[in-house]
Amino acid sequence: MKNKKELISLINENALNADNSMSNESKDMLSAMRKERISKPLITVSKNSSSIVSGSKKSHKAIQDYLEERAIDADLQFTGSLGLCTAEPVVSIQLPGMSRILFKNITAEKIISLLDSIFNHIVPHDDVLGQVRNNIHTNWQNVPFLDELDFFKTQQRNVLKNCGLITPEIDDYIAHNGYATFINVINRKTPDEVISVIKESKLRGRSGSGFFTGEKWDKTLQAGGVQKYVICNAVESDPGAFMERFIAESDPHRIIEGIAIAAYAVGAGKAYLYISFENKLAIERLNKAIQQAKELGLLGDNIFNSGYNLKLSLFVSPGAFVCGQETAMLNSIEGRRGIPSERPPYPTEKGLYGNPTLINNLETLANVPDIIQNGPKWFQQHGNANNTGTKVFSVAGKVNKNSVVEVPMGTTLQYIFHNVAGGTFEQKTIKAFLVGGPAGHVLPAEKANLPVDFDTLNEQDIRMGSGGLIIMNEDTCMLDISRYVTGFLQEESCGKCITCREGTQNMLNILKSISQRPEKDSENQTLERFKGVLSIESLAEVIRDTSLCGLGENAPNIVLDTLKYFRNEYEEHIFERKCDANVCRDLRTFYISVDDCVGCAACIDKCPKDAIFGLPKHPHFIVENRCTGCGLCYDACMFNAIYVKY
Amino acid sequence: MDINITINNKTIKAQTDLTLLENLLENGISIPTLCQMEGFTPTGACRMCVVEIDGEKKLKTACSTYPSEGMNIKTHSPRVIQARKKIVELLLADHPDDCLYCQRNGNCELQKLASDLHVRERNFPSHNTNKTRDLSGASIIRDPSKCILCGRCVRVCEELQSCTTLEFAHRGNETSIHTAFNQGINISSCINCGQCIMVCPTGALHEKNHLSGIQEALNNPDIKVVAQIDPGLPVSLSKTFNFKSGKDLSGLVIAALKKIGFDQVFDTSFATDLRLMEEAHLLKERLDNNAPGPMFSSDCPAWIKYAEQFTPEFLPQISSLKSPQQMLGTLLNRYWSKTQGLKPEEVYSVSIAPCTARKFEAQRDEMTYKGVSAVDAVLTTREFIEFLKINGIDILQMEDEQPDEPFSSRSSAAKITAVSGGGTEALVRMLYYLYENDNIDNFKIKQLRGFKNRKEYSIKMGNRNVNFAAVSGQRETKLLLDEIKNGRQDLDYVEAMACINGCICGGGQPIGNEDKYSKLRYKTLYDMDSKESIKESYKNPGVQRLYDALKANPGDEKLQDLFRTEYNKREVYL
Repeated sequence: MKNKKELISLINENALNADNSMSNESKDMLSAMRKERISKPLITVSKNSSSIVSGSKKSHKAIQDYLEERAIDADLQFTGSLGLCTAEPVVSIQLPGMSRILFKNITAEKIISLLDSIFNHIVPHDDVLGQVRNNIHTNWQNVPFLDELDFFKTQQRNVLKNCGLITPEIDDYIAHNGYATFINVINRKTPDEVISVIKESKLRGRSGSGFFTGEKWDKTLQAGGVQKYVICNAVESDPGAFMERFIAESDPHRIIEGIAIAAYAVGAGKAYLYISFENKLAIERLNKAIQQAKELGLLGDNIFNSGYNLKLSLFVSPGAFVCGQETAMLNSIEGRRGIPSERPPYPTEKGLYGNPTLINNLETLANVPDIIQNGPKWFQQHGNANNTGTKVFSVAGKVNKNSVVEVPMGTTLQYIFHNVAGGTFEQKTIKAFLVGGPAGHVLPAEKANLPVDFDTLNEQDIRMGSGGLIIMNEDTCMLDISRYVTGFLQEESCGKCITCREGTQNMLNILKSISQRPEKDSENQTLERFKGVLSIESLAEVIRDTSLCGLGENAPNIVLDTLKYFRNEYEEHIFERKCDANVCRDLRTFYISVDDCVGCAACIDKCPKDAIFGLPKHPHFIVENRCTGCGLCYDACMFNAIYVKY
Repeated sequence: MDINITINNKTIKAQTDLTLLENLLENGISIPTLCQMEGFTPTGACRMCVVEIDGEKKLKTACSTYPSEGMNIKTHSPRVIQARKKIVELLLADHPDDCLYCQRNGNCELQKLASDLHVRERNFPSHNTNKTRDLSGASIIRDPSKCILCGRCVRVCEELQSCTTLEFAHRGNETSIHTAFNQGINISSCINCGQCIMVCPTGALHEKNHLSGIQEALNNPDIKVVAQIDPGLPVSLSKTFNFKSGKDLSGLVIAALKKIGFDQVFDTSFATDLRLMEEAHLLKERLDNNAPGPMFSSDCPAWIKYAEQFTPEFLPQISSLKSPQQMLGTLLNRYWSKTQGLKPEEVYSVSIAPCTARKFEAQRDEMTYKGVSAVDAVLTTREFIEFLKINGIDILQMEDEQPDEPFSSRSSAAKITAVSGGGTEALVRMLYYLYENDNIDNFKIKQLRGFKNRKEYSIKMGNRNVNFAAVSGQRETKLLLDEIKNGRQDLDYVEAMACINGCICGGGQPIGNEDKYSKLRYKTLYDMDSKESIKESYKNPGVQRLYDALKANPGDEKLQDLFRTEYNKREVYL
């Protein structure tokens, strides 16, 4: 962190919007902090969860070694991620006077050749991702600008605008106008003014329910009581959703600023940032960010002489899916078991320790600083009537670009998957989408033209969820997906309501009995399987009808949806006992082609169940009753003589 | 405020400060419930009480919804009935099918629901896993596989008894109710009050059974089996034997026990009188010495364990006297056996009381003398009823019998100690006599009667005011202790009972419809008190004879070995 005083004066000047009246000294400092002019090469490596698994730590080390060995004087920093997980690790290099150029998939072994060539001003075009556009620096020849790339061109990045380009440090955030809005708000605006801006912007909760944020703030402000709380909900435990973790890792200060503005607007003196313990890196960065903000006096008592006090602390949740539900979260912060309780009373009236509490999703709060700064009109230019602004989605599954993307509200699924995320793998057809995580909905490929916004989805009886999108193609078995999701929800059910706890367990048992071969296919088991199949639909409806919280209510969605759109797959599994996608391993049987088998006995050695017989140099055969469908023989055969029986 | 709501196409008046469920009950509409308990905050866990409300997407639980003007409710629509039935089916799929071996067979709420909702077919294959039973407790046995996770025991333990011994653990289908760190209940903070058993809808919680030991002792001709009957027991049987009004069945109970084969049957009330005399002397001594802080009663074993583990700083102020059960047990063991020419181990002493904590008390180290327990077995009211059935006794065919000498006589003050506040009232009568050498003018002390968790009373004795407090339920006790810790100094004596309303609502009483029957028990006891002539403990002739035989006066040092004990701080998993 740079000199405290300088940073504080910079924030103050930014807050006054005093670009023109800024002293030359400050201008110089700002331009240095924005890396507009540098004296030595600047290398950054992306370092967030997705880049670390791709090996960015090793790349970082390799760069360090490279610079040390050759005694090159260069700055080496790490940034968050751009959101394009398939390009990780991303390394960017800015040579003095030249614009910043980004390279994709730079694993440790590529470092030497990359740095060798770039320091000699030769661009290894195969590795290039793009360069950052600006007017100050000389551009690289034949290198596309980032905003020309399909991935970025198709998006509208507001919340994500800093992600991957700046470091998660406070200097960089301040250099990009950070905290100016907050300081401006507490010094020059009343809570009512702030709330009216949010109300006018029609910002809606990004966690899925789509409640108007301004109204929620207003309710909390109007609620009596001296002590009020703000909680930022950053629990994101759904498989396939990673946008909140991503924002927290790449731009933590934006979240803190959003929380601080919200807390000021509702008159809260204490705020919590509630995050799952699994997000270790995000916790580390947020903790550091909070520490830095405290050091600059952006949190604490009498912030920037405004008389406003705010304490912000990170609450690391023990990590349960259900703790994302607001009442469960309140219970957990109070030190109780994280289980939902009945609403009303709503947290805005009676929340944490019985006091009025504002609970907002992380992404909602990350939107706040820009709305306050640029005004509601700016926010409304994206999206449609009641669904304004942009929405961040994480796109995963059988898709070419696993990524975190931000598009205007009302963008169609087709656009997100196809234009932004690059569609599914070659020669495969998309089968379905999972919208909104495990408690969300499955939509068939035909519904790809559905615009994703709160109102349209509500009409279809669908919850948007927090924004996890999973794409499935013909290689996905819908039964397997519903079994996996039901199993996940069963494990994560808090166990309070009978219907959710026992209902999901029974649903899972039924799905298992369909997608697995029973140990003994006796008459009784067959009967029970059919009985289960007959009752699964009514069971799912009862679970949806009677559960207390959203988890239980939405737990049967996947079963009901797959039954609605992919009933044929169920029937195939039940009647023909086979899985077309070849996923339900237990239903597979193999056979050995007499013509192709050379009798090498490789499969006999591998078979764990001794199900393969045969003499050497004579064709082997598989005893079907013994075969468990594990597929080891299939992998072991070097002559492609083993086939799956359809 | 009254509003109009429509229930099953009929418009009724509803009160907005009551939940929908309470409103329905007031209007004579019953819907099944499982996790709901009167007087507790609704949790909405079981979803049994769901109803259909017009305009709501989901079904709503009646226990946690409040009525609003114009609400249109259907309590038994096909959709609701299907949901309720499914819930029971789901529960049964995860419940062991061993009703025939279950303690609660015939008195089980799950069984009743299944039958009421006509669940007659197994729609979901059973996936109940046999979970290990916790047999470590001296009083309470837990059987997690029978638990349906309604959470009633958890709430009672936390909200009523402030112990928080039981709590939910894990998630999904692994959810279960655990003690701290899932260790045995014997090393947990459980005070053995048994209130969890009283609210458990199934057989997941029950008392540790002492029947077989008694049966064995009865079979052994070398052993004398003696029984003592708690003052609260004979009034607790009216539900079982279908009396409309409460009745004291002492005579019949004694006759039944004699018929079963007990050699001698004594009355614990005798020891209560003895104890009251000792206690009054102790308290007077304490008052005369101006010792700081109140003296606490020690006749409730659950309260003693609570103090040992949660508030050991108060242990020195707890009366050093044993509880009546243990006093009589000690007398039987060390005094009576001698007079009969028996060795202590040749006496098998059984106590019958409406209490589970007494089972724990009987096996405490402090209550053992030279390797022989003062009390060998304790039967709860429930077990006693079972015991009668096993032995084929129809208690109504018996003829009244009197308890055996020398521990037979009692005052009516000893009887009312089974009610919270009654112990204090009896003690006041005794203490008044010690100070004024006269009986108290009006034996009825209104301030100490009624169904309140805390009763306070002040009376001038000698030349000073003596302040009494009677608390029942550990939560109330905890609140009072907090007050004392925070500087309250006026109290001289505190009677603490772990169960709300005292032993008449003990954890060993018959299960079901507690409220109605505890009122009957209460009324019977106080009626007896007003009718009978011996209202003060010192008038008990048997007690006087005992003091003569022991050649001692009340409060004598030499009785210390016999009647007193001391308690120490206890380390448990909290």
